[in-house]
Amino acid sequence: MLSIKNLSASINGKTIIKGLNLEVKEGEVHAIMGPNGSGKSTLASVIAGRETFDVDEGTVTYMGKDLLELPAETRAREGIFLGFQYPVEIPGVSIANFMRTAINEKRKYLGLDPLTGAEFLRLMEEKKKMVDIQSKLTNRSVNEGFSGGEKKKNEIFQMALLEPRLAILDETDSGLDIDALKVVANGVNKLRRPDNATVVITHYQRLLDYITPDFVHVLYDGRIIKSGDKNLALELEEKGYEWVKKEAPAGV
Amino acid sequence: MKNDSDKILQEVTGSDYKYGFYTDIEMDQAPPGLTEDTIRFISAKKNEPEFMLEFRLKAFRHWQTLKEPEWAHVEYPPINYQDLIYYSAPRKRPKYDSLEEVDPELLETFEKLGIPLDEQKSLAGVAVDAVMDSVSVGSTFKKTLGEHGVIFCSFSEALQKHPELIKKHMGSVVPYTDNFFAALNSAVFSDGSFAYIPKGVRCPLELSTYFRINAANTGQFERTLIVAEEGSYVSYMEGCTAPIRDEHQLHAAIVEIIAHKDAEVKYSTVQNWWPGDKEGKGGVYNFVTKRGICEGEHSKISWTQVETGSAVTWKYPSLILRGDNSTGEFYSVAVTNNKQQADTGTKMIHLGKNTRSTIISKGISAGRSNNSYRGLVKTSKKAENARNFSQCDSLLLGDQCGAHTFPYLDVGNRSSIVEHEATTSKISEDQLFYCLQRGIDMEGAIGLIVNGYAKEVLSKLPMEFAVEAQKLLSISLEGSVG
Repeated sequence: MLSIKNLSASINGKTIIKGLNLEVKEGEVHAIMGPNGSGKSTLASVIAGRETFDVDEGTVTYMGKDLLELPAETRAREGIFLGFQYPVEIPGVSIANFMRTAINEKRKYLGLDPLTGAEFLRLMEEKKKMVDIQSKLTNRSVNEGFSGGEKKKNEIFQMALLEPRLAILDETDSGLDIDALKVVANGVNKLRRPDNATVVITHYQRLLDYITPDFVHVLYDGRIIKSGDKNLALELEEKGYEWVKKEAPAGV
Repeated sequence: MKNDSDKILQEVTGSDYKYGFYTDIEMDQAPPGLTEDTIRFISAKKNEPEFMLEFRLKAFRHWQTLKEPEWAHVEYPPINYQDLIYYSAPRKRPKYDSLEEVDPELLETFEKLGIPLDEQKSLAGVAVDAVMDSVSVGSTFKKTLGEHGVIFCSFSEALQKHPELIKKHMGSVVPYTDNFFAALNSAVFSDGSFAYIPKGVRCPLELSTYFRINAANTGQFERTLIVAEEGSYVSYMEGCTAPIRDEHQLHAAIVEIIAHKDAEVKYSTVQNWWPGDKEGKGGVYNFVTKRGICEGEHSKISWTQVETGSAVTWKYPSLILRGDNSTGEFYSVAVTNNKQQADTGTKMIHLGKNTRSTIISKGISAGRSNNSYRGLVKTSKKAENARNFSQCDSLLLGDQCGAHTFPYLDVGNRSSIVEHEATTSKISEDQLFYCLQRGIDMEGAIGLIVNGYAKEVLSKLPMEFAVEAQKLLSISLEGSVG
């Protein structure tokens, strides 16, 4: 589904991602862990197509397409979803209005008729139940005045509505209490299907107690320096990042 | 004629401004220039009662003693008032019999804006009732309104049929001595609208008029007068578009509203005049005096405006709250893009006890435009317990535009409470990327964010107007963020 080869990316001339390789197949859940500043969020932004980052080298192929050729909105319509670490507020725009616009843009791209108001409401009710979100939330402006937990739940709710092929969750667990964390993890688990994939970016092992990854990668200084199964996350938790740094090949 | 229509088509299809078109109607024009003879010509042409001519002449003589105001935060080349034509009327009926004859591209644009069919017809020049240029033609709702005793007609018609009402109220809110442009309008106004709601009547329909500026080089001088008698209610809407022109066009209108005891008037306008091209060439100069008076106790007037047009806008819909417990509201969204300049705001003059006013102003600047809010809140000595709340927000798109706020407060007694809040914000790259990542393209994202920002005001508009206004906001800002 997603194939990243020898990717290098920079911002304002500063290289952040330095020759990164990653393969994600349908049905898989990958966890990317790493210390602050290792390039986790940059990787997410580059995949989503944020123009503030420059891709200097390498290729990214998604569903057989050259992803780097596509503008951000096309990537989204092609099924890539980014759950933001810091979801931004859009005052005056209700979540319902925002998501209806987004879904209908995607449908237009796919050659489908837009959802009517009634159809959209039905879909929204269904997904609200699925991810256990309060019904009042969708009438509020996007993220405006939301608590940290509400913002993250809202990201998962949007993900449920958009049904992405590839979801990248950027530190969705940060700042969550245990109850909110469970809601987020349950949402992700319920949305898991054989034909989609999830990349969970996280700093802590905690989220992985609830979302079981097929693969765990350790990102350090712009490169994946160690990959393994879920046990790697536990080991990491126990020994700390200093341990992998020592294990990292020379020159990194 | 064939060549002319080709030219029209070219103008329509070749322009950025999607509503720029030109209705080719033979004009019955006054020669350019402004003298007492011009005024006599206009008055005679319209077969006006004697008092009207006298009013015009007095206004003209006063105007000659005045100088054009220069205090607004706008710049434009001097206007030569002797070059303008002060009267033109269509001699023939409009050029189309049905919508099928109208340029499809134009219709598509109307569709995009969601303009109702009848309004499409009037905008495109198909025969329906509308103010075309200076002479207005009747009104479709007349019958229903007549049953309720509501008068809604062109100003000229009102002068013929209800001269006593005009004589009594015209100039009572905006006297011709008020300012330079008001004096000019009072001298040369061509036509406009008159609405009269009798005592105790809740007007069953929303009154709406479409104004258009039409002939080249014609100053447009509209006058609107709305009188709401005791206990009545009316919602009045005015929408504007204008054809593309190379030279600047002057528009100096007057709107007067009178609300008696327990009466309520809602005045809404969406104004979309040709703003000039990206370099600021062409476009309408909009110098307008709008004022209402809450004459009686417990009366209420609200102004709601969405301004996206004009090269230069100078406009301060104001309210005099004379009746005790009367209420005034001002809700405004003003968009400026490219090289547009807007200096707009309101005045709330509290004279009566327990009077209340609310001001919500949302400025949106893009391109190299300048958007200023200028507002005065004044409470007189007698206006005990008067209250005002003002909120003036500015939204900037890009870093070459300007937003300015000039609030003036004049509090005349100790029991008044006047509050003013102001914010300035920018559309952030984070917000745009958030929308893009959800599959919404750049134009769509700006449209959403801007409409969200202006929601408080848009929600005050009548439904069909609100929909049109939302689309207009998005269209006005097309291409404003790279």
